[in-house]
Amino acid sequence: MPDIRVTVDGVRYDDQVEARRLLVHHLRRLGKVGTPVGCDTSNCGACTVLMDGASVKSCTVLAVQADGSRISTVEGMAADGEWHPLQSAFHRRHALQCGYCTPGMLMAASDLLQDNPDPTEEEVREGLEGNLCRCTGYANIVAAVLDAAAEMRGAHTRTPVGGGTA
Amino acid sequence: MIPAPFAYLRPDSLGAAVAALAADEDAKALAGGQSLVPLLRFRLAAPTTVVDLSGVDGLRGVADDGDALRIGALTTHHEVVRDPLVAEHCALLAMAARTVADPAVRHRGTLGGSLAHADPAADLPAAVLALGAEMEVEGPDGARTVPASAFFADYLTTALEPGEVLAAVRVPKLTGWGFHYEKFSRTAQAWAVVGVAAAVRREDGAVAEARVGLASMAPVPVRAGEAERACGGAAGAEDLRAAGALAREAGSPPSDLNGGADYRRHLAGVLAGRALARAAGMEAVQA
Repeated sequence: MPDIRVTVDGVRYDDQVEARRLLVHHLRRLGKVGTPVGCDTSNCGACTVLMDGASVKSCTVLAVQADGSRISTVEGMAADGEWHPLQSAFHRRHALQCGYCTPGMLMAASDLLQDNPDPTEEEVREGLEGNLCRCTGYANIVAAVLDAAAEMRGAHTRTPVGGGTA
Repeated sequence: MIPAPFAYLRPDSLGAAVAALAADEDAKALAGGQSLVPLLRFRLAAPTTVVDLSGVDGLRGVADDGDALRIGALTTHHEVVRDPLVAEHCALLAMAARTVADPAVRHRGTLGGSLAHADPAADLPAAVLALGAEMEVEGPDGARTVPASAFFADYLTTALEPGEVLAAVRVPKLTGWGFHYEKFSRTAQAWAVVGVAAAVRREDGAVAEARVGLASMAPVPVRAGEAERACGGAAGAEDLRAAGALAREAGSPPSDLNGGADYRRHLAGVLAGRALARAAGMEAVQA
């Protein structure tokens, strides 16, 4: 079986894996169960992680393809006991109901914002095109990402209770 | 779902990759894996050996090669979309690439992988056909070049022989041409029900030359020859929409869950007219 070395959320893991093992299954075996297996058809994006900084669907990457790479999952988002601005914004904006898509949404959104720190609503929707949510209707997710983007740019906005946009 | 077991090789040279593919008739080359891994997972493909090309140097990137761009087969859609040489000389490729699936898939999926997979509904085969690209193929008997018009043989089937690898795509520079890719799909990240890749060259305000590549109108990408010929001399969007309407006669469109053959013919006529008018700068492109 091939040997692989993958750094996940800053921790290096050396393992022997079956070539057919999918990255998402490998991550979960490492205990990184914050990344769910979603549709298993490359559609829903729930299993999205960053691989060397770029979003990928971890059900559509073999673990052996991730050999030598740096993986970031939702579990590495919070730092020093503080939520990432995207996590805070998802909480504040009620950008989830069941939460199954949330890890993938957060990772796809973080990829989008590192690439485009000041996206329009349309750009957020395009950036999250590969991530399906069957609860929210997306409105609050988009609002949360715009909120987080503003916060990360340093342009703090106040969200009035009961609605309003960033 | 879990793929069937396979042996995994990651050679570090093209020669070794060709040798590995030639040594096992049920071997399959792996580029970005955005088509192959789903097929493995559904067990629609069960190769005994998977030859990962990612360790081979020189298969990635865009290079200026005189009158053409040479694009390594492992160049990702994401890279094609952002490449300045592509933008300058064959922007149609970037326009088609940016409609492929979603950002995560575009980060991993490759130009060569998409072309070698040869899904008739894919966007890039139609674009390289319209651009008149050539495939650089490496095999056990050496290198050969296959024009895009001879590369796509049938549904999910190309001119690649066992043991052969698509190494690069040579795309002629069509500097000064106008381009547009028009894709109709039912939902976000979905495959094209019909896709139209249009390239137009103008002289003195009128169309001198046009090319139209169609996705999902046959088991292979096809050119809409009649529509192309009817574009000559077109001086406005109305002329190009009339010429584009002839694209409905091209190919032999399938009937499936996404639409019947008649519906696809209708779409091809409308979308080709729109794509041509926009490529010629004779109709505004909506954001």
